[in-house]
Amino acid sequence: MKKTLTLGLAVAAAFAFSQPALADTLAKIKSSGSVTMGVRESSGGLSFVLGDSKFAGFHVELCERVLSDVRKQLGLTRMETRYQPVTSQNRIPLMQNGTVDIECGSTTNNAARQKDVSFGVTTYVEEVRIAVKANSGINSIADLKNKNVATTTGTTSVQHIRKHERSAGVDFKEVFGKDHADSFLLLESGRADAFVMDGQILAGNIAKSKNPADFKIVGEVLSVEPIAIMIRKDDPAFKKAVDDSLIAMMKSGEIAKIYDKYFIQPIPPANKPIGLPASEATKAAWANPNDKPMEAYAKK
Amino acid sequence: MNWDWQVFCRNTIDGEVMPRCFGNGGEITYLDWLISAWGWTLSVALLSLFVALLFGSIMGILRTTPHRGLVFLGNAWTELFRNIPLLVQIFLWYHVVPSLIPPLRDVPSFLLVVMGLGLFTSARISEQVRAGILSLPGGQRMAGLAIGFTLPQTYRFVLLPMAFRIVIPPLTSESMNIIKNSAVAFAVSISELTMFALQAQEETSRGIEVYLAVTGLYFISAFAINRIMHAVESRVQVPGMIGGGK
Repeated sequence: MKKTLTLGLAVAAAFAFSQPALADTLAKIKSSGSVTMGVRESSGGLSFVLGDSKFAGFHVELCERVLSDVRKQLGLTRMETRYQPVTSQNRIPLMQNGTVDIECGSTTNNAARQKDVSFGVTTYVEEVRIAVKANSGINSIADLKNKNVATTTGTTSVQHIRKHERSAGVDFKEVFGKDHADSFLLLESGRADAFVMDGQILAGNIAKSKNPADFKIVGEVLSVEPIAIMIRKDDPAFKKAVDDSLIAMMKSGEIAKIYDKYFIQPIPPANKPIGLPASEATKAAWANPNDKPMEAYAKK
Repeated sequence: MNWDWQVFCRNTIDGEVMPRCFGNGGEITYLDWLISAWGWTLSVALLSLFVALLFGSIMGILRTTPHRGLVFLGNAWTELFRNIPLLVQIFLWYHVVPSLIPPLRDVPSFLLVVMGLGLFTSARISEQVRAGILSLPGGQRMAGLAIGFTLPQTYRFVLLPMAFRIVIPPLTSESMNIIKNSAVAFAVSISELTMFALQAQEETSRGIEVYLAVTGLYFISAFAINRIMHAVESRVQVPGMIGGGK
């Protein structure tokens, strides 16, 4: 191990670079007349690709409205919006190096990430749940003993179930799918007995499956995660512009209409609804706008 | 750049730094996980290499025999496995084959990946073994048969000892490739180094440290194979022969 570390340090020293000190997004947008929005290609109703480099979703539409307010605030007559697909691996580096100015996907606001980036007020509160086959007989975490539990590589859902594993003494085996569709296939094909993931992703995958009645979402809520629009750290002027615009939509009830459009009404590409009404936690976040990290929710 | 190498001493449940860097009593740290992932990478790679050498040598030899049926079998095998992308082959083994042959459903995904990666590489090894045999002058084979050896004996005592010495350098590359290609196993839920990197960097938000450690382990593994093959090469060299005495 020591050898690896030394080697790692040597490689790192060779690539050492300095972070650009660029934290005035409003000035950047004003001088360039353009803004780059980071989007996800497959994050359920929050952000998804329509094909032909067009993106839609609850967070994408919120961002488009925020950016339109920003344009008015800056007094620009024209502002170009570019869409840059990001992944859970590269979204934070791309935000830090200025490739994207505002990320509208499905990023959980947590304390570790707040060291690197900043978040707008929470617009959606995700609940991590368990999906199983309807005839599996699994109804709670305790039933997962000695079962294969699927989750998706590059997500944090599995950490919550590990905590429950330790406190409840339930032993299970982790299986990682390479993306949500793959994890769902693990459940569908019987290689996994349960799929632990964000509720809206489970609901969306079940809605799209051949026989939605074969699956159900069961058990306790494993964790509550505030999902928010991500912006660069130490940029109070831009954060204020984003927050003001979001809070105005929350106060006017506009946000509930946009939510309804993506989570209740049928959405492309399958034209099936996700069918997930706004949770109490999400409604609470709209009623009392805040940018508290996930850790603050866990304490309740 | 702020380094945080302590990330490997954190446990995977609540991210607390563990004393002595290793977990105990059912808790594991990222270092434990990294070592286990390295073990999976090596297991997949070495077992696949065994499968690849076995089938690759057999098919390579068949392609140089005078029997048209055997040549056809060897050629068909090689073309089948080298004309389909590796990732597609892995998915075929994992998702398609078990739904066609139900008993395979109970086979662990680890073995399916070993078959997928091993047979893909066997096509490449078959090509190299064939090239090695064909590089020998035709008179060698005739001489073997003329002194009364059967065809298998000619291969065993005359052709193969020279052919395998000639192809040690390309086999070295292939053995190192299999370590690197084993990264595709992450796509079918094997918890190897690439999967560890994707998952651990997300859980810890320390992507650069995680990727550097994983890069180092891949390098060490592939380089170790290189040194072993080099030792084999110098051990078996015969003065005066191709690939021998320098």
